[in-house]
Amino acid sequence: MELDALYQEVILDHYKHPQHKGLLSTYDAQVHHVNPSCGDEITLNLALENNSISSISWDGVGCSISQASVSIMSDLVIGKSVDEARVVLDNFVELMQSKGIKTGDPAILEDAVSLAGVSKFPARIKCALLGWMAYKDAVLSASTK
Amino acid sequence: MVMSELDVAKIRKDFPIFTRTIRDGKKLVYLDSGATSQKPQVVIDAEVDFYSKNNAAAHRGAHQLAEEATEAMESARQIVADFLAADVDEIVFTKSATESLNLLAYSYTSLITKDDSIVVTEMEHHANLIPWQQLAERTGATLKWFEVDSEGRLDLSSIDQVITEDTKIVALTHQSNVLGTINPLEAIVARAHEVGAVVVLDACQSVPHMPINVRELDVDFLTFSGHKAVGPTGVGVLWGRSELLEMLPPFLFGGSMIETVTMTSATWAPAPRKFEAGVPNMAQIVGLGAALNYLSKIGMEKIFHHEVELGAYLIKRLSTIEGLRIIGPQHMQARGGTVSFTFGDIHPHDLGQYLDAQGIAVRTGHHCAWPLTRKLGVPATTRASLYFYNDESDVDALIDGIIGAKKYFGRS
Repeated sequence: MELDALYQEVILDHYKHPQHKGLLSTYDAQVHHVNPSCGDEITLNLALENNSISSISWDGVGCSISQASVSIMSDLVIGKSVDEARVVLDNFVELMQSKGIKTGDPAILEDAVSLAGVSKFPARIKCALLGWMAYKDAVLSASTK
Repeated sequence: MVMSELDVAKIRKDFPIFTRTIRDGKKLVYLDSGATSQKPQVVIDAEVDFYSKNNAAAHRGAHQLAEEATEAMESARQIVADFLAADVDEIVFTKSATESLNLLAYSYTSLITKDDSIVVTEMEHHANLIPWQQLAERTGATLKWFEVDSEGRLDLSSIDQVITEDTKIVALTHQSNVLGTINPLEAIVARAHEVGAVVVLDACQSVPHMPINVRELDVDFLTFSGHKAVGPTGVGVLWGRSELLEMLPPFLFGGSMIETVTMTSATWAPAPRKFEAGVPNMAQIVGLGAALNYLSKIGMEKIFHHEVELGAYLIKRLSTIEGLRIIGPQHMQARGGTVSFTFGDIHPHDLGQYLDAQGIAVRTGHHCAWPLTRKLGVPATTRASLYFYNDESDVDALIDGIIGAKKYFGRS
């Protein structure tokens, strides 16, 4: 059933136990993103050290897909260099745009492959991308500081 | 048991969409008529017939087809006028209710000054908020509003402080698209007229659902969209008192709205033509005529009664679900069959997605009324909106779906 492909256990787990949620007071960039079609919101703080992501913290409201996705993303990119993280981000965006064709490379995307099912539901892709776009914006703003 | 004079099973046969299935063979349970209604075959046929037999540019040309197109469009205008108990020259066709409200807000630009105030309410759809907010911005006028209480009703306790001597326009919804609340117009209209303000009524959620008589409502402008009243998309109606339409400057300029034109000046045709620049959406207008005739044949009193009865059943059944919170009035007094709710910690998008997998169409999110949902402290809700083609089985399917969602999302 397609619904089960959308709501995998790992997604519901991240939704119930979100990682890196709660804003840290030190950061290099803070961004606020909203999904105007549904009202989901996220604030994301990001800190860089030697061109690596030293911390991400966030707070937000939204559906299980948007909240789990930002939780998974934070876990994935913290500790990576900006360039390594860009590969992860590009892979994830490609997966979301695949209309259910791609399953994602677990070596690169790890838990984020559980979001592959989202790509079959056009209305939900924006939910999954909300946190990732916030990250992209934050890293750009922190790097150009 | 829902007491209704309508034969819903028979009515559903008029709507071809109910013969299709959803998500691997599930029966379609359509509870999203507040967003848009489904279309009976007579409406689809009316559009097809217009294009197949009568298509030409209305009000232009003297050939037979142009005459027929004009006649078809003007007959529809008469149907709309009769439906609202209005005069035919007071009916302006627009492409949507949103356009109607923008038309008014733009046309009023030169008539509003920084010393004036414009009044709205906290429960407005963005389409009846932003045009006025921006009119205030353009003119320097003050925007004021009625607040919504925790029950989802307008707080009229300070009506004399909200509508004041400087108020020129009071714009509000007849029935909230989120809460289902039917607003008490009498006191607001009386106060507005006392200070010489006009009342603009967003009737998108009332014209399709109850008998409407613009003279009895005593408002000054009223708008609704065709597609929420079993009509086509691409057609909206603006009704205005004839003396106000005569006084208002046009909004869109172009073909067919003029009386005379020189290279440097122009004068305007009388209303409603003054407000209908360009070749109109004729097929959609004709389709709207067919839609309103269809609704009249069923009977607006019966439709309203059916929705109130079914709404009471919906609220009663929703109230039995633990963790479910209805956002808006909890009983059917001054309320229509649109019910928003939250459900424990299951986010509305997730609930909506689960319901969709069962063939149930509901709306989720802020419903284009973000200030309202923010005020009520709910970033998003799930909304079920009923129409005359819904019955108890649709409500039962929704209840089963909500209970199923609890099990589904509680699994890990």
